[in-house]
Parts: sequence; structure tokens; C-alpha cells
Amino acid sequence: MHARAALATALVAGRTSIPVLRSAPPLTLRQTGPHSVHLISTAAGPLGGDRLELDLDVAPGTTLELGSVASTLVLPGPGESRTLITARVGAGATLRFTPEPTVLAAGCAHRIEVGLTLASDARVLWREEIVFGRYGEQPGRCHARFDATLDGRPLLRQEFTVGTPALDTSPAVYGDARCVGTTLIAGPVPLAEAVVADGVAVLPLAGPATLVSALALDAVALRTRLEWGESTASRGRPAGPV
Amino acid sequence: MSADHDDHHHAPDGHGRALRLGVGGPVGSGKTALVAALCRTLGPTLQLGVVTNDIYTTEDADFLRKAGVLDEDRILAVETGCCPHTAIRDDIAANLDAVETLENRFGPLHLVIVESGGDNLTATFSRGLADKQIFVLDVSGGDKVPRKGGPGVTTADLLVINKTDLAPLVGADLDVMAKDSAAVRGDRPVLFTSIRQDPTAAAVAAWVRDQVQSWLHQHH
Amino acid sequence: MNAAILLLTDSRLPAGGHAHSGGVEQAVTSGAVHDVPSLGSFLRGRLHTTGAVATALAAASCAFASGTADGPWAWDGLDAEVDARTASPAQRAASRVQGRLLLRVARRLWPSPVLEELAGAVPSPHHPLALGAAAHAAGAAPEDAALAAAYHAISGPATAAVRLLGLDPVAVHRLLADLSRELPTAPGERDLPPSAAPWADLPAHSAPALDVLAERHALAQVRLFVS
Repeated sequence: MHARAALATALVAGRTSIPVLRSAPPLTLRQTGPHSVHLISTAAGPLGGDRLELDLDVAPGTTLELGSVASTLVLPGPGESRTLITARVGAGATLRFTPEPTVLAAGCAHRIEVGLTLASDARVLWREEIVFGRYGEQPGRCHARFDATLDGRPLLRQEFTVGTPALDTSPAVYGDARCVGTTLIAGPVPLAEAVVADGVAVLPLAGPATLVSALALDAVALRTRLEWGESTASRGRPAGPV
Repeated sequence: MSADHDDHHHAPDGHGRALRLGVGGPVGSGKTALVAALCRTLGPTLQLGVVTNDIYTTEDADFLRKAGVLDEDRILAVETGCCPHTAIRDDIAANLDAVETLENRFGPLHLVIVESGGDNLTATFSRGLADKQIFVLDVSGGDKVPRKGGPGVTTADLLVINKTDLAPLVGADLDVMAKDSAAVRGDRPVLFTSIRQDPTAAAVAAWVRDQVQSWLHQHH
Repeated sequence: MNAAILLLTDSRLPAGGHAHSGGVEQAVTSGAVHDVPSLGSFLRGRLHTTGAVATALAAASCAFASGTADGPWAWDGLDAEVDARTASPAQRAASRVQGRLLLRVARRLWPSPVLEELAGAVPSPHHPLALGAAAHAAGAAPEDAALAAAYHAISGPATAAVRLLGLDPVAVHRLLADLSRELPTAPGERDLPPSAAPWADLPAHSAPALDVLAERHALAQVRLFVS
């Protein structure tokens, strides 16, 4: 299956409107608020061989919140499955991208590619969560690549690979964790120095952005840690106990 | 150590820079107390900087900062990765970097003191790091230490034997230590001191002041 | 391979490397690294994540220094590519300190315009930049720089673990011997970019556990190693 969904905002009379909302099953987009949209998966997968593309264009001065109603279960199939997400966030625009986790079922072979192109004063919160298999399941393979540029300069580039046990369990990589997640927060936050707690680090990047990086045994703990880190970044100090 | 240093690559011949004085010696011999005394005595007339090489913490740097003998920004601490002697002898890069950072930040300086982490009797400073070096022993280590020698005792530009006030208590014979030191050191000077009794370390400070003056005379 | 690369991979090169544990000290403190097998797992993970990034960037730096990587790029652009791949501020600082100290040594060992140019553009460059430029100044090729960077990613942490845990140094060198089969050894191998690859596409493998370890270490009251 090859699907290309797209979403674009526009500034109309000083307010955000969503003139482009093009679903492509299984990527179904539903507007759920004045500037919020949810992804509703209308088929299982992605399955091996699927190629799902989503393009987001957040126009200058507009706001978009994008979530999903359920986690994505990546399943095996003939060949590699791919999810490609591109997003452009214009000057003074705000994007909040907080989908449910991607779960790697046994035997899957998945690639995730995310490309974020930010204008210099764009504000973004972009969360990604990868769960290494369903409960008690050995995950398939996954290679995720994330590239964000700000005003044409590299802001964050990172790759995660899952599915090579000798690397996954390394105390330098994921250790005993079964999920990994990050939240990129671009735009000014009051946090000046890194903050670290159990399984989560809030990291001021070299550019004007902060990365929350978390590891956990399960998806619930991962979300708790990421949200703690997001809150810490926005308060500029540790947000209480994790 | 922060990463935001200026580009600083001084000429290795020492022209135009401060005298770099290494202070080494075993754990507990009084290196930090001596450095504090030198800052106290020389600080009012010389432009100083200090680099400490704590083994495990920044305790020595913190002690000096709390002692208030020197503006705390003029004291930098260098971590040595379990090997204090490596940091002053085989791989002096981090110490050189700290010294040059101080010179760039506060220069021109007259004197930068590099205090080594407490180590054994074989530890000496590389000539690439220290122009002159002081080795500090104390009497409680036993009066046989100078006789045993070792590169620190025999080759340091100045040997300081500290805590002389304890000599009667630990049964150390200062005359024996003086005689043995002279035997292994030849003409190189030895000073006996008790920093507890003389917090200015007057004699050592006078020696250091002479070294600084002759350095400045030769290199400026 | 150019023999000068031996100098750049030698732990006795006086460039401050002995004071960096690459996260091992904190991993030992936390108990995650406690014996030879757990050290082996740590080193393998490090080699294939941050090590792979350093390897690729060092090769790119060497290629750029040799003028074979043409393009509208400059040293600060390559430096920014390392920044973007190093989320942890403590790891960025450790990389810049080691880069600066290596550049200082290299400028005395192999005086060359390219090293002066790098020092002028980025006084405290990330370590892979300094390593790649130094390799070029020493007469080595990008694949040599890659090999040196990959080896550097595991040799320093291995030595630190020997000191911190009192491990049998021969057992730890056995780990390095085994891992050496996973080092890039020839052009075209995995993680070794062609010299003119756009820098944006170079590897960017993350190691979340290393990020946490690095920041914990920077906040530790008691530590033996800088990083």
C-alpha cells in the first residue's frame, strides 16, 4: 500500500484555518477542533511493503495540533514498511505533534523518516515514542531517522535503530529499557542547563531548542517521563518528582 | 571545565607569559595549604592564577576558593582520570589548557601555580608544563623519606619539608632530613616550614618571588 | 594506511584523552557496567552509536581538509553538524575540550595551513573535526581518520574501566581485539561516507543512555574523569 496524506494550514482573517486536509487510507485525518487534527488509522499496519507519507505545512502565524487516536502497530509483511513525515513550520507558527506510540511487532522491518523544516521563530513540540514489541514480544527491526533544521541550519539529527539485541541491550544505548522516546521543543524555553532524572534527560541543544530524551520499561512510564521533561523545559526547573 | 575558551596557543619558549610553578608531593603533605599561603603572601603584589588537580573531587579548588586568598575565578580545577601523575607529566594538555585559559582571562599574569593531585614520590612535572617545581614532604611521613629519594625529592627546584612542628611528636629528626636531602639534592635548596605556625610561608614565598623576578627578567 | 595515524590513535598522545571516560565512570557508578561482559556490551553500543557518528564526521573533516569535499561549506558548518548530532550539552562540552586539546597538539606536530584555518574558524572544534583535520595534516586519508575516530570511541572508555573497576587489562584488551573487527577498515564500508557526501546525510545514531549518563556525570559531586 502506498498512501500520501497531506495537511496545510492558512491564516484567514487572523485565525488558523485548515484548507488542505487530504486523507489517504490508512492515514485518515479528522479535524477535531479549530486547529486540532487527529490521525485515525483505518487499516492495520503499516505492514511490510507499505509506504505511508504525511506532509504537514504549517503556514506562518498559524497553529496546528496533531495527535492520533491509537498507537501504530507495525507488522511484518513482504519487504520493509516506511513512514515518511515531512513538516514545514513557518515564521511565528506553532506545531504540536503528539501521536500515540509506534509499537514494533515481532518480525516487522520498519523505517521512519522525519524531516522538519522550521523558520527561525517557529514553535514546535514534536514527540516520538517507539515501543520494542507488544508485552513480552521480541521486536522486529526499526530504523528511525529524524532531521530538523532551523532557518536552514541543522538543529537536531538523530537516528535510532532497534532490533539488534547486542546493541539494544547495551548500557550505552537502551540498557534494560523497552521503549525510547524523545520530544523536541523548538522555540524559547527558560531552561538554561540540562536536567536529568531516572531514565530521562532534558537537554538544551546547541541551537535554540530543547530535547527531552527518555527510556522506560513500558509505554506508560515513557509517557510520564517525557511529559515530566516537557514540563521541566517549560518551567525552566525540575517539575517535581518524575 | 567549560568549552568556551579563546584560541590560545602560546609560544613554547615562554616569551611573554607567566612563570609556571608546579607544586607536587604526597597526599596530605600540605600542598594545598602551601598554595594558599603563597596566594596570601604573594597575591597583594603579583598577578596570580592557580590550577588544581584534585584526584577525586574539586575539594582543593573549593578549599582555596573558601580560604578567600584569591579571586575564585582565578582558580581552575582539572580532572585527571585516576592518574594525577599523567596529568602533570605524560599528558599535560588539560593542565596547559587551564593555565592558558587563566592567562588569557586575567593576563598578563606573573605566576600560575599548578598544584598536582597527591601522588607518590616518583611524580614530577613535565618541563612542558612547569618552569619551576616545588616538592612538598612532611615530617610525619618519616625522616627516611629524603634519603629514599625519588625524582620529586631529588630534582625539584625547591624541596619543602612541612609540618616541622610535628617533628617531636612523630619522632622525626630534622637534622637527618636536612643532611639526607643535601646528599641527594646537591646544591638545590631545601626549606623547612610549618605552615600552621607561619601561615605566610615566608621563606618559601621569598624563594618563589625570586623565581618570578628572574623569570620576568629573562622572558619579558 | 598512513603510519602517522598510529600517533593519533595512541592513548599516550598528550591531548588530554586520559581524563575522559566516555560515560564509563557514571555507568560504573550506576552499576550498569560492573564486569568485563557488561563493559563489552557498553563498548559495542558506544562504537555503533556515537562512535559511528564520530567516525563519519572525522572522515568528512579529513576529506574537507584535503579539499576533496567541494561545496558551499565551511568548518563552522561541519561543526554545526556535530552539534546537531550531540543532544547532550555535557557531551558537546567534552567533545569540544578534547577537540581543542587535540588541535593544540596537532598544530605543533604537523604545522599546516589547514589546522590554522580550522583554529581560526572554530577555536574549540568538536573532536571529530580536529581529528579529521589532524589526520589530513599528518598525511593520512579520510578512511584513516575514520579508523582513528572509531578506535578512539572505545579505547578511552576501555582504559577508564580498567582503572575504575580494577578489571584484568588483558581481558579488556580482548574485548577491544574482538571489537576491532567491527571497526571501519576500508573505504566504502558501513558508516564511512564518500568524501563528498552531503554532511546532512551522515550518520546520526543516538545513544539515549549515554546522554543520561553524561548529564549525570556533569552534575556529580565526586568524579575522577572529566566525562
